[in-house]
Amino acid sequence: MSAVSRSLHQVSGRRRRTDKVMRSMLLAATLIALVPLVLVVYFLIKQGIGSWAGSFFSTDPNGNFFGSPGGIKSAIFGSLEMIGLATLIAIPIGIGVALYLVEYGKQSPFANVVRYFIDVMTGVPSIMFGLFIFIVLVVAKVGGSSYAAWKGSIAVSLLMLPVVTRSAEVVLLLVPDSLREAALALGAPRWRVVARVVLPTALPGLVTGSLLAVARGLGETAPLLFTAGATFVTTANLNQQMNSLPLQIYTDITNPRQAVIDRAWGAALALVAIILILNLVARTVSRRSRMA
Amino acid sequence: MEASATTVTAGRSVLERSAASRLPDRVLKWGLTGLAAAILALLAYFFIRLIGESGSTFSTFGLNFVFGNDWDPSRSIYHGLPLVAGTLITSAIALLLGVPVAVATALYVNELCPRRLRTPLALLVDLLAAVPSVVYGLWGILVLGPKLLPAEKWFASTFSFIPFIGGGTPTTPNYFLAGLILAIMILPIVSAISREVIATVPSEHKEAALALGATRWEMIRMAVLPYARPGITGGAMLGLGRAIGETIAVVLVIGNAPVIGAHIFNQGYTLAAVIAAEFGEAANTPSHSSALFAAGLVLFVLTLIVNIIARWFVVRGSRGRRRTGGAAVEAAAAAVGEVG
Repeated sequence: MSAVSRSLHQVSGRRRRTDKVMRSMLLAATLIALVPLVLVVYFLIKQGIGSWAGSFFSTDPNGNFFGSPGGIKSAIFGSLEMIGLATLIAIPIGIGVALYLVEYGKQSPFANVVRYFIDVMTGVPSIMFGLFIFIVLVVAKVGGSSYAAWKGSIAVSLLMLPVVTRSAEVVLLLVPDSLREAALALGAPRWRVVARVVLPTALPGLVTGSLLAVARGLGETAPLLFTAGATFVTTANLNQQMNSLPLQIYTDITNPRQAVIDRAWGAALALVAIILILNLVARTVSRRSRMA
Repeated sequence: MEASATTVTAGRSVLERSAASRLPDRVLKWGLTGLAAAILALLAYFFIRLIGESGSTFSTFGLNFVFGNDWDPSRSIYHGLPLVAGTLITSAIALLLGVPVAVATALYVNELCPRRLRTPLALLVDLLAAVPSVVYGLWGILVLGPKLLPAEKWFASTFSFIPFIGGGTPTTPNYFLAGLILAIMILPIVSAISREVIATVPSEHKEAALALGATRWEMIRMAVLPYARPGITGGAMLGLGRAIGETIAVVLVIGNAPVIGAHIFNQGYTLAAVIAAEFGEAANTPSHSSALFAAGLVLFVLTLIVNIIARWFVVRGSRGRRRTGGAAVEAAAAAVGEVG
């Protein structure tokens, strides 16, 4: 490439200038693209760190009009409980569908249809999953209560499912066929090949995809809006209404009290911190053991 | 794949495995197939239920639900043009602002920047997608909106001769703020797909351009961009799909006024925002909630069409160029899923 830059001396001044201008514009655009991330993180820390004091993580929010508005304990616990259940649903199903696509369906017409609609699912607005669960589970009062945490979990898992499946499919495709063939040639039945060879080989990639899906699900507000209900109380009962970080932020923003808005910033900082850490862990896992 | 298939048949015929020992295999195969079929059934069921729930709205208002300009729940009149218009206006702003920056970023990362900086830069752009939309909404309404207002006022009065952009008095929140937030939110996915597509441009083409004496920019313009254009178009369309469907960030920064704003610095509404904003009160009014389901159906169909066109472009842009090109692009799309 250094040869190229040397040859630049021979091109005309106008072309050289255009090249310079365009290259700096591309650089400028890249820097502009990074500005929002820097600004968001800066304001989150500036506005949010102040509320991270004292009992912020150990008290539930309260609806009091005066005094301390309380912390975000129920929001954090609620988020973790609901994303936990959503993960338990989405990851086995997501990886199962990916296994079908890679090990059995391959390029058959049915597999391609499944692949296509999984892609369609990635494009479905997240609020639509909330609406769907509302129609099917909330209105019908399935499980006795109308709004319930587990319904929110299902809505979030529907959203995580295509992310898990698509990333798992790519990783499973990377497992060399020679490994499968070797195991089959030794007389192993197909299910053993999947369980003992394919899945362990693909494990780091599957973990990465799953963590990214969890990180995505954790930040979702829209699917929880009319499924998980609204409450400030910490609860371990998934059949009850449950608070969550995104919902807490969403309701706090519109509050006229500065103390409540400060709580929204504090909760947002906590949420973004968790999500960024999950993202970085996911990418470290995948870099540690890249197959190819 | 062919090889492994023949191995299986050969293995079975030679070893004569008993029916009982083949059972787990069958269970796994049909179990997984059933799982995949269940996903399709679920999507179909969703679509049918959505049509059912919104049926009464469409039979009452017909095409006026999309083309009539009067959204007034207090009078039970649901003519959704303000919502459709808001969705289109904010998405258009998002594309105009977001796509050039996203493509430029992809070009810089893939073609110009030092190799060491490639991964970190790509990671930072991807991390934009990790910020939840409620946080973008929080930042947009409390920080960006107020800070932007003086600039918007200056802009509107300076360029008052441009219809729909200048002239009026900017208020915050407004269409432009929503569009700008959406531009930030679609940037990572458009950029990630553009990067994948640009990476499929054969190095022979680029080297040929350079060998003929092209500058770096000329190489990008003549070798990279023409080759990557369908894929980049597809990426932009996927971004459009995201912008149309984004709910929580938009509902916080658009003002939720059921009118068509006179210019881009006015308040408005979108199809997605109306669902989030009015659902709480609508749950007890059948006609209102049916209207919101109808808004959801229009939104769903709109995103579906945009996504189908986008996939077509992306697949066309990467077919047969690199063995896993299509899959890699799809995976990028899935992994960089924006947070709603």
